[in-house]
Amino acid sequence: MIIKTIKNIPGSEITDPLVFQQRRTLIKAMAAMMLTGTSIRTGWADSSKPIWSAVPKSRLSAHELVVTPADATENYNNYYEFAFNKEDPRSLAQSLRVDPWSVEIGGEVEKPGTYQLEDILSQHPLQEYIYRFRCVEAWSMVVPWVGFSLGDLLKTAKPLSSAKFVKLTSVHQPDSMPKQRNNGMLDWPYVEGLRIDEAMHPLTILAAGMYGNILPKQNGAPLRLVVPWKYGFKSIKAVVKIELLKRPPISSWNKFAPNEYGFYANVNPDVPHPRWSQNSERLLGSGFFTPRRQTELFNGYGEQVAHLYRDMDLRHFF
Amino acid sequence: MIMQINNLRSLTIAVCFIPLLWVVFDIAFDNLGSNQMQALHIRLGDWALRFLWITLAITPVQTVTKWRGMTEYRQLFGLYAFFYASLHVLVYLAVDQVFAWRIIGIDILESSYIWFGLIAYIIVFSLGITSSKASKKLLGKSWKKLHRFIYIAAGAAMIHYFWQLKGNLAEPLFYLLLIFMLLGFRAVIWFKNKQLSQMMIPKGRASTDTESD
Ligand code: HEM
Repeated sequence: MIIKTIKNIPGSEITDPLVFQQRRTLIKAMAAMMLTGTSIRTGWADSSKPIWSAVPKSRLSAHELVVTPADATENYNNYYEFAFNKEDPRSLAQSLRVDPWSVEIGGEVEKPGTYQLEDILSQHPLQEYIYRFRCVEAWSMVVPWVGFSLGDLLKTAKPLSSAKFVKLTSVHQPDSMPKQRNNGMLDWPYVEGLRIDEAMHPLTILAAGMYGNILPKQNGAPLRLVVPWKYGFKSIKAVVKIELLKRPPISSWNKFAPNEYGFYANVNPDVPHPRWSQNSERLLGSGFFTPRRQTELFNGYGEQVAHLYRDMDLRHFF
Repeated sequence: MIMQINNLRSLTIAVCFIPLLWVVFDIAFDNLGSNQMQALHIRLGDWALRFLWITLAITPVQTVTKWRGMTEYRQLFGLYAFFYASLHVLVYLAVDQVFAWRIIGIDILESSYIWFGLIAYIIVFSLGITSSKASKKLLGKSWKKLHRFIYIAAGAAMIHYFWQLKGNLAEPLFYLLLIFMLLGFRAVIWFKNKQLSQMMIPKGRASTDTESD
């Protein structure tokens, strides 16, 4: 089994000019937005000035994949805090306040704390990760994320040996999120969870951007999780809290419909959803008369992650 | 009078093609959004369902307005339900799956929402091909029995709709409410007729009378 990993240079050892540059571009972008009075909407969704187009490509990035047009990715969002359809979050999400933003890290760690987003981004050099993204609804995309390893961030808080699971929580901002305001569907805020080894896996990243630019709000700005071998709903958006736990957290969809959405939610063509098949998927951006794509076990990342589930019955732990 | 009715009929035939033109227009101008295939399924599926509902609305409307000329419209709308459902299925097979039969087989086998769609379609298909006056004559009494299957088709289509749902409950609930009203109307009429006939038939014969509609 080949396990691809990136050699990580501890954050403290590098003085990469790129890091400062990235940090400065982000701050500059934010400052420019405030000064010029451009609405956050344009600042956060304008893809005309890619600020991170020069970040190095991760070795985990699948360069051979054809990237889905940004237009499709930005206009087709499952973001239930805003709307239950996929078209409205784009406009509704623009009212989300993402500046300032901090992330609280706590639970079974030596050094709990609250970190400003700028500090996190300056301490963790960004890379581009081109990943497949497979939704549980049987459609998929290929997205060039800009982010960094979640494991690296967790290490800075020094997890205790008792930390077996990671719980991530989305922002609770009912005044800008209509479905949080009227208690629509799920228990808010949105919660997701990973096993610690899944969270520490080099493929698991926190993304702050995509397509070389700041993450659009409807795609999870300012910081979201991306776990490419799991169904999209695991990749929680607008993360404000990360807790390391002894016991598995109950994720939002698992709580809502436990027989439909499991804790693991690994992409698996052989385990159908109770109401529809997971055997094939519609790749967004592919035109009419293009057959669906055959779904791959672990979304094609089996080489890197299959060992995590070696002795598990994937039908039971779906 | 005849002219007027014929005009109305032609107008109806033309108007019922508008949803299709609209879809064609949106395809041509790339207006279907990020997931065009799903948008197409939804558009055609919705129109198949709407025409099925309109078909079922004819009898109540006829009862209320006492306008007898509506039977042929029931046939017309039923045929449009058949038409849009056929396009819906054809798009699934030819445009979405491009006749990849192995994948289609697995998809149908593993997707319970499609089973209900299939039940609805088999019924709508059978009713569509036996909708002519000639078939009505040919089939005699069993024609009416066969065409009562439309209620099962409506139920199956409703389940198909709910079962493929990913989030938004509001729309299918609206159609569910409509079908409850349409079928509820029939139940009320049926019940009233039964009461009436029981009142008019002498006591001894009431139990042998099973002809109720
Ligand atoms: C009379 C028969 C049928 C009716 C009235 C019907 C109606 C519908 C409706 C109303 C929807 C949902 C649209 C929405 O979400 O607004 C739908 C979705 C769909 N139907 Fe049907 N349907 C029928 C038969 C079938 C059959 C036989 C198949 C497959 C062979 C099929 C495949 C689909 C698919 C693939 C979807 C889209 C699911 C998705 O969103 O991913 N339908 N249909």
